[in-house]
Amino acid sequence: MKKQISTRHLFIIPIAMFGFGYLMVPIYDVFCDLTGLNGKTGSISEAQAQVISVDENRLIKVEFISSLNQGAEWEFAPVVKSMMVNPGRSYSTSYTAVNQLDMEMVGQAIPSVSPGKAASYFNKTECFCFNQQKFAANEEKDMPLTFVVDPELPDDISTVTLSYTFFDVNSRIN
Amino acid sequence: MNAQATDAHHDSDHDHHGPAPGLMRWVTTTNHKDIGTLYLWFSLIMFFIGGLMALVIRSELFQPGLQLVDPHFFNQMTTMHALVMIFGVVMPAFVGLANWMLPMMIGAPDMALPRMNNWSFWILPFGFAMMLSTLLMEGGGPAAGWTLYPPLSLQTGDAFPFLIFSIHLLGVSSIMGAINIVATIMNLRAPGMTFMKMPLFVWTWFITAYLLIAVMPVLAGAVTMLLTDKFFGTSFFDAAGGGDPVMFQHIFWFFGHPEVYILILPSFGLVSEIIPTFSRKRLFGYSSMVYATASIAFLSFIVWAHHMFTVGMPLAGEIFFMFTTMLIAVPTGVKVFNWVSTMWRGAMTFETPMLFALGFVVMFTIGGFSGLMLAMTPIDFQYHDTYFVVAHFHYVLVPGAIYGIIGGVYYWLPKWTGNMYSESLGKMHFWLSTIFVNVLFFPMHFVGLAGMPRRIPDYSVQFADFNQIATIGAFGFGFSQILLLVLVVKCIRGGEKATDQVWEGAEGLEWTVSSPAPYHTFSPQPVIK
Ligand code: HEM
Ligand SMILES: [Cu+2]
Repeated sequence: MKKQISTRHLFIIPIAMFGFGYLMVPIYDVFCDLTGLNGKTGSISEAQAQVISVDENRLIKVEFISSLNQGAEWEFAPVVKSMMVNPGRSYSTSYTAVNQLDMEMVGQAIPSVSPGKAASYFNKTECFCFNQQKFAANEEKDMPLTFVVDPELPDDISTVTLSYTFFDVNSRIN
Repeated sequence: MNAQATDAHHDSDHDHHGPAPGLMRWVTTTNHKDIGTLYLWFSLIMFFIGGLMALVIRSELFQPGLQLVDPHFFNQMTTMHALVMIFGVVMPAFVGLANWMLPMMIGAPDMALPRMNNWSFWILPFGFAMMLSTLLMEGGGPAAGWTLYPPLSLQTGDAFPFLIFSIHLLGVSSIMGAINIVATIMNLRAPGMTFMKMPLFVWTWFITAYLLIAVMPVLAGAVTMLLTDKFFGTSFFDAAGGGDPVMFQHIFWFFGHPEVYILILPSFGLVSEIIPTFSRKRLFGYSSMVYATASIAFLSFIVWAHHMFTVGMPLAGEIFFMFTTMLIAVPTGVKVFNWVSTMWRGAMTFETPMLFALGFVVMFTIGGFSGLMLAMTPIDFQYHDTYFVVAHFHYVLVPGAIYGIIGGVYYWLPKWTGNMYSESLGKMHFWLSTIFVNVLFFPMHFVGLAGMPRRIPDYSVQFADFNQIATIGAFGFGFSQILLLVLVVKCIRGGEKATDQVWEGAEGLEWTVSSPAPYHTFSPQPVIK
């Protein structure tokens, strides 16, 4: 008689593959972290930012853009559209947001940098996107942001665009 | 396993005299031929349902502007048409053919797990009843495309949980079917039937079954994540909670690309059975066919992001997925070469199964070529999400996968019914289908290259002529399929008696049993020298 395989062993494959589907979630995150793909920006502490040497000879254009996720009832815009920065120096700017509803709302800004390659060189020491933002009814808020562009930024990049999308996370909290 | 195999023997001793009388036969059957028949009828019914949906789509697209249906309903039709055709037609038809023929081709008395076999079929009608019922629900059926990309798919109304649950059911059904096939091939081959003597249909199904077992659970995981994102506050794909909608696309296509090979490999096997028979020659390059199939299956796991070139990837990723995708054309080319070489200097005749197999070789190759065009990253930036993609996958799926299935049905119909089908009706079916399928899908290349987007109910006027032609082709193709139904019913009712061998050039164990094949075959297993 030929060697028989057990069907029970065959059932292990689909169960393992179901698990693998879920495993792709952390793998994806780690992969994006390591490669800086996906526009996820870095963050560093104030102290770390102090010790980076400033490259006075290079000027990078940083552009700021904003968008609202579908259904989010805010006004949301950067205070300045762009600025020229020296890599290694700390800069501060801000976005303003207005809650357009007559009730308390919570929002969350999600950053993204393009070109994707620049993302891991774009470091923030302070950002409103680190936390959820609570708004009173019709409240207007100035939301600060401090960042440093890493002097190691590849030479072929002269413009970096920072984009924030503002999400309504009320439903998520309740 | 051993216990179940003895069970099967026990069952067959039990009703040695043939099927149980009455309708309950079909509900309780564990006989592989009965279950094969059920699968095939189910698939044919779904083929007409999915076809009607396609005709709704094509009717709306007959003219620019919005005339017949509401855009939201149009989107439901494109979504459901795909889900029905993939999970309700092509996959069940393959499983049905496998059930009927696989045990007979390897000299086994039945499938290895007959009770599970009954389950895997009977889950299907319930799964589809649930899926189709979503069309009547508040907010309509799913309308985000068969790829279910979030966040759009998360906006589905009441239908959403039913859709997800029905996908789970279909997945469970096909995983059980696949496990059954693997167990049958591994354990129930007749003595002397070594792996490298197995017919190619058996081989391609063996490999397909592994693909199914490996990727259907990944789809199940992806849709479960959608479900928990929508109802249980997780944020796998929700950027506001730290998730990423693009990740869904990676997980989906990790399932999705192997899935498209699940939809074609058994047809490769069918064509590899038919062509040698009607060329009266052995299949050219048998072992290279086996290795080509295995390498296609392997490569299918590392090309998924060719569906995502425009989504945003680093250059290295674009290049990697471009080259691996193009690499698939090599084993595919080996197959086409072998089919052509099998015919070379053969004593060919052109009965209907052979016509469908030849149609397959020619038109599948057209689809392969448009696939290669899409595989080139910079070019895909222009073609992505246009009708060119629609033309590509319909060429590989309709005159590809479906022609393989229809060819297989004609090939084995005399063995199933004991009667020859009407050759003139069969030829008419082939020629009408082939003319209309090209009228239907060829113009889609042109409107696609000119920029007409897919999944949109309206279009600019310059696309009108080609769309009109395509719609005419669609109705012609759709109505031609009624001939298939008529032919099958006539063949079951009677006709010229078929011999055991049926076709002059046919070789293989299935042709050694009488026509129609008795209810139980190979109870004492044959010995292959
Ligand atoms: C030579 C082999 C093939 C190559 C190189 C190839 C390449 C591609 C590429 C690059 C795309 C993505 C196009 C886009 O969305 O921009 C695509 C889409 C597709 N292909 Fe293929 N393909 C091949 C064979 C097949 C086969 C055999 C099947 C199925 C039987 C298939 C079914 C599909 C389907 C269904 C889609 C569209 C999925 C969707 O977006 O809904 N392809 N193909
Ligand atoms: Cu693909």
